[in-house]
Amino acid sequence: MNQPLACAPSATIRQRGQHEVFCGLTSIIWLHRKVQDAFFLVVGSRTCAHLIQSAAGVMIFSEPRFATAIMEERDLAGMVDMHDELDREVARLLERRPDIRMLVLVGSCPSEVIKFDLARAAERLDRRYGSKPRVLCYSGSGIETTFTQGEDNFLAALVRDQARHGSVDRLAKLVVAGSIADVVEDQFARLLDELGLEDVVFLPGRSSERLPKIDATTRFILAQPYLGATAAALEGLGAARINALFPLGEEGTTAWLKAIADSFGVSPARFATVTEAPRRRAREATAHYRPVIDGKRVFLFPDSQLEPSLARYLNRELDAEIIEVGSPYLHREHVAGELAMLPPGVSISEGQDVEVQIDRCRAARPDLVVCGMGLANPFEAEGIVTKWSIEFAFTPIQGYEQAGDLAELFARPLTRKAMIAGERSGNRRVAS
Amino acid sequence: MKLTMWTYEGPPHVGAMRIAASMKGVHYVLHAPQGDTYADLLFTMIERRPARPPVTYTTFQARDLAGSTADVFKSACRDAVERFKPDALLVGASCTAELLQDDPAGLARTLDVRIPIVPLELPSYQKKENWGAAETFYRLVRSFAGGRERPAGIAPNSCNILGPSSLGFRNRDDVTEICRLLAANGIDVRVVAPLGATVDDLARLPDAAFNIVLYPEIGDSAARYLKKQFGMPFVSTVPIGIGATRTFLAEVRALAGLLKEDPLGEAEDRATWYARSVDSNYLTNKRVFVFGDATHAIAAARIAARELGFKVCGLGTYMREFAREVREAAEEFGVEALISDDHLDVEQAIIDARPELVLGTQMERHIAKRLRVPCAVISAPVHVQDFPARYSPQMGFEGANVIFDSWVHPLMMGLEEHLLQMFRDDFEFNDRAEASHLHAPAPAASDVVEVADGDTLVIAEAASGDTAWTPDAERELRKVPFFVRGKARRNTELFAARKGIRPITVETLYDAKAHFAR
Repeated sequence: MNQPLACAPSATIRQRGQHEVFCGLTSIIWLHRKVQDAFFLVVGSRTCAHLIQSAAGVMIFSEPRFATAIMEERDLAGMVDMHDELDREVARLLERRPDIRMLVLVGSCPSEVIKFDLARAAERLDRRYGSKPRVLCYSGSGIETTFTQGEDNFLAALVRDQARHGSVDRLAKLVVAGSIADVVEDQFARLLDELGLEDVVFLPGRSSERLPKIDATTRFILAQPYLGATAAALEGLGAARINALFPLGEEGTTAWLKAIADSFGVSPARFATVTEAPRRRAREATAHYRPVIDGKRVFLFPDSQLEPSLARYLNRELDAEIIEVGSPYLHREHVAGELAMLPPGVSISEGQDVEVQIDRCRAARPDLVVCGMGLANPFEAEGIVTKWSIEFAFTPIQGYEQAGDLAELFARPLTRKAMIAGERSGNRRVAS
Repeated sequence: MKLTMWTYEGPPHVGAMRIAASMKGVHYVLHAPQGDTYADLLFTMIERRPARPPVTYTTFQARDLAGSTADVFKSACRDAVERFKPDALLVGASCTAELLQDDPAGLARTLDVRIPIVPLELPSYQKKENWGAAETFYRLVRSFAGGRERPAGIAPNSCNILGPSSLGFRNRDDVTEICRLLAANGIDVRVVAPLGATVDDLARLPDAAFNIVLYPEIGDSAARYLKKQFGMPFVSTVPIGIGATRTFLAEVRALAGLLKEDPLGEAEDRATWYARSVDSNYLTNKRVFVFGDATHAIAAARIAARELGFKVCGLGTYMREFAREVREAAEEFGVEALISDDHLDVEQAIIDARPELVLGTQMERHIAKRLRVPCAVISAPVHVQDFPARYSPQMGFEGANVIFDSWVHPLMMGLEEHLLQMFRDDFEFNDRAEASHLHAPAPAASDVVEVADGDTLVIAEAASGDTAWTPDAERELRKVPFFVRGKARRNTELFAARKGIRPITVETLYDAKAHFAR
């Protein structure tokens, strides 16, 4: 069921059907690496445990900082009180891992369908342990969230937690919201420092330390496009959003930093001085890959909501032609700038009917398809070159110094195809 | 509730997917929420399947719960039938849909799709992947073979092979190996199922004289049904190892009414001689810990003890359904069977048993790596590297050869490491010399830093020569992943030298990165 919906720059295809996407639980995989003293406990089924394990792939650590409290028949039959069961499992876990400073209960489809009140459980446990560790909760269920939306719910929970228990002695002037790799965070921190900004807070932080105070004097900027609930929570505390492109590529990063600089009254001269060298580097690094991608026709399947920004970068900095930009969800206000920069005629699709979308993709005969791991090999077997979208969630791609790396992610499959086939990548044709 | 970090088995609907994906012309409509499609990647990535598994998910979302998820299910069924034109449709629910009031079996009955529909009841909160696979296969066999008449005059040497499936450990090559061996012994294999079978093939199952169950976890219930329904006898000796293969062939030949002469195909057995050769003397009484699915674990323990001369110091399985068989086998070796699906229990048992070799699954591989014990993989769950491109069965005589190589290889490496340790002060074997046979430069002991989570990171070699780095730049360099850090350092120093930059700053590092990016 596809209905065009009026929206700049072109009509949006709204899709309903089979969604070939991860649920929000998957975000645990990068969140537990980012917040180094947190433990993520999913309350769900064996499917949830199997999903995280399959998606985490080789990330098997001696002691992973995530686990699943698997609901059993007796929990569902009401033979035991699930709250008692959860308390017991949490106690066992904390005995094993006394180093955990933040315990995050993560809701799943089964726990939500049976309406298990995770918020109440989190409050009770938080009281019981007297914030050692503090206990939070959010939903990562597939019925509520798609992939990166899990992080959105987690960050919103962190903001709400600050509203309840937050400190008052320290104030955040700027909150940079969205999980980014540590190396990128450090680069941004350095640039913001050079611009003369103080009291900058990255959300999430690398530890479970509580957020500084956020009030009407706080401004925030999103580093990731999938943070609708987080933005709403920050706005709920009075903070004002700085509207910008997302920091992908030289252009995106500059626009993102410029929006911050303008918001804090940094002089254009200072901005130019600070950003000149890294801008040049980003352009230089990107230029190496432009010949590989120039003119290539790219089709993006929905996955992480990064797709509009990736398409903008591909089109404007690498000269790719964009056929369709799929996104699991479009937060129109946050990505308005991105969509406005896409050339006319690009199809935007929100949601998914995967079979119909595959038909459209095959018919369009793209040179490169950005898609999930369930679709990539089947497309490759048809002779269609693919780029796994999950890498954009795990690889440092934001900021100036990563602009070349981002280009390389797109260039690699095309280069590889040419190398293995012993031909120029431009000669490839879709097998019919 | 049960706290679980890693699971050996997926939920039962993943077992059903494995059966659907094994067969041709069978499509599975799974009533499941958005996100459950993750299971597709097991097939497309781990098994590297070139097509999507034949599964349609209803992927209902929260907003559908208020309306009618039953309608979502019915339209998904109709769309799947129209698009894929399967010969039969499997329908069922995943764990979340099991909690809803929708009844896939009842709903499917109301569909007018003109193809057979096989409804599945897979209790997600009690059972697991292998049970789901066995149940699905049994339901399919019952549906398509059930109503058949057994023809008269069945050739006594005709048989079917039951159990091999998609995502099964080495199933692809085991089937090739066993079919070859059976053909050499004058046995006529009619149907292999579920791997590669159609629903018509299932209907032809009663046309053979007997069945061979290669993987009891999946084929046993169908074989029992065929025995009860049609009086078809079955062989369930699993031909893993030389001894088991001989027994298997003898049993099959007896059932087929063939002469009791020696079975054919043994000319390819090199494992027996290799194990006898003087080179293998050092394997004697090596302590080996065995864990995996019941079939592979029992087979491995017998090979270890009787064919390679190891000492079995532990035997276990994660499959509670086959606990009895494993307990019986464990008695043979004087150890107590470990029946657990908790990898922490397994880890503790391995530590307690002090093995010199671990034979297990992907989990045990990681446990063994952490404990620095040699290890070989003998059973699912496995990663992509255990769906190899090369021919590597576990069953039959060639399978025994493969097993010999893959179990002894880590030990050889273990012995070499041991020698390197003994001679570590020797001028060629000291800690800082690279071991020439290793794939990557060996980390020098003093540069290995233990960090949180037990990961081991290797810090790049100390600053070379007189090139000066500012402390900031040095810190920034540490953020580069260790496996490319050396290259980043060399490139930056080269760049700095060319440009006459001194000292190297963070800026220089990134200038060089941009310069060399290609």
